[in-house]
Amino acid sequence: MKKRTLFAIMLKDLKVAIQNKGVIIPIIVLPVILFVVLPWVLTLIPTLAGGTFGNVQSMESQIGSLLKNMPAALQNQLAGHSAPEQMVIFILVYGFAPMFLILPLMVASVLAADSFAGEKERKTMEALLYTPTSDRELFVAKILGPWLAAIVISVISFILYTVMVDLAGWISMREILLPNLMWIALVFFVAPATAGLSLVIMVFASAKAQGFQDAYQTGGMVVLPLLGLVYGQIGGVMYFTVGVVLILGFVFWVLLAGLLSLASKKFNREQLMIKNR
Amino acid sequence: MNNSVIQINNLTRTFGENKAVGSLSLEVNAGEIFGFLGHNGAGKTTTVRLLNGIYSPSSGSSQVLGIDPQKDGPALRAQTGVLTETPSLDERLSGYDLLAYYADLFTIPKDTVNDRIMSLLTEFGLEKRAKDKVGTYSKGMKQSLALARALLHKPKVLFLDEPTSSLDPVAARHVNDLIERLTRREGCTVFLCTHNLVEAQKLCDRVAVMQHGQLKALGTPADLTRQYIKRQNIELEVEENQIEKTNQILVSHPDLVLRTPVLEKNMLLVTVSGRDAIPEILTLLTVNNISVYRLNPQEVNLEEVYFALNGESK
Repeated sequence: MKKRTLFAIMLKDLKVAIQNKGVIIPIIVLPVILFVVLPWVLTLIPTLAGGTFGNVQSMESQIGSLLKNMPAALQNQLAGHSAPEQMVIFILVYGFAPMFLILPLMVASVLAADSFAGEKERKTMEALLYTPTSDRELFVAKILGPWLAAIVISVISFILYTVMVDLAGWISMREILLPNLMWIALVFFVAPATAGLSLVIMVFASAKAQGFQDAYQTGGMVVLPLLGLVYGQIGGVMYFTVGVVLILGFVFWVLLAGLLSLASKKFNREQLMIKNR
Repeated sequence: MNNSVIQINNLTRTFGENKAVGSLSLEVNAGEIFGFLGHNGAGKTTTVRLLNGIYSPSSGSSQVLGIDPQKDGPALRAQTGVLTETPSLDERLSGYDLLAYYADLFTIPKDTVNDRIMSLLTEFGLEKRAKDKVGTYSKGMKQSLALARALLHKPKVLFLDEPTSSLDPVAARHVNDLIERLTRREGCTVFLCTHNLVEAQKLCDRVAVMQHGQLKALGTPADLTRQYIKRQNIELEVEENQIEKTNQILVSHPDLVLRTPVLEKNMLLVTVSGRDAIPEILTLLTVNNISVYRLNPQEVNLEEVYFALNGESK
């Protein structure tokens, strides 16, 4: 595989993608809202609870019922805090964990939609197929570019989130909350697999889509199982401990390996040209 | 010695029930401009895709520059250039960046990339717009840029699909001059898919006429006109007071003269039954003491061959 070819395709795809508002808005707006704005809003809760709202008793009874079902490690971390603080720690450190996975998924899928379905829409695929790139090089470059971008954006967002949470946690509770082992496993083990899964699904969706929006909407359905994880955690059905995260990551990687092998077999010039017509 | 750079043997490609190319066999020689003519859907683009290893054939085989497109597509495409029917340009890139991107894909030595790009942009009059987004280019400029991209890696075989279709006459002439120069001076072989029969007649050494995926005719434009056109128009100038007598002589030989001659500006326009009828008519008129001042056979063009093959009158 020619490195120059891979880099050229990846860089060109990114260069072209960031000029698409439909791509850049989810990539910038989503991390800023989820991982910068929300942590600050949530850390205001203890203040508000003690001040305007003041309904600490009601919050205590709610968090109390949640605590009973939580793993021991989590109960220990929350011990010694007031009910509003417990709620904030629970949401920021645990509640946000499954939500974080939405980021690599969105970034990868939006970039892949622009790369695959976007090329079809802009009618630029044909010239690319007439170059001396092999089918494998094309597949790897088209997958690798959005995947690496998703990982980089996830890591940057995680660093940003950690700083925000710790800043807010220190100001309100004099406590450093992140990073912990669960988040490190989540960011460096589960998030890359999540990005990969959404990419492969987008490759399939793009084959049938007419353009970027079409592919993005179809491929974006992959977010639904993640929302299940978010509600599962909030509803107390499943908590993101290190063990749970590692198992989840393992399942995602196995799924990814299977789908990747299937997609690479279906990926060839002829199919791209026929579906590009 | 075999001089062919493209060899096609019984090449067939079907899509479902539709036979896009059927049992196509032909050879294209090194350094020639080969015209590939046909209506939309005649199988021209499918053939180009088969010859570049984009499509695999349903049956038959082909070789381009001694390489089987199915076995080593990347090695083959490194030596061929293709101008597609639509320019296929990423409009969010600048003209320069677009060519630089393809220079990477064609692995052109990095130290020569800038010079190569600038010389092509200058050749096509795009050097002042090099840093502008392709989306801001006119249709003709886009076509020129697409052609520059096809030439970037100095291909040995150039496949051109309607290269001048969106160009103004000046730009079209420039492109045609360039095609001739590439073949005559630089030895590049050109496989030219076109609807423009006048252009094909002017440029092509040989042409193939395709119809519904089948090869209908193959040869030089001159060969094809001799083979397929069974009539010839001539202009005839005779003594003014002999015009009526000439007319009578001509119409009395329906085996030689196909239509009643038309008088136009003291010249008789006569449709005769092919090139071979001309000496016979000249003899006939001389024997009958007609003073012939001028006999001018009009050139039969490829367009007439094309329409004759397609069973249509011009």
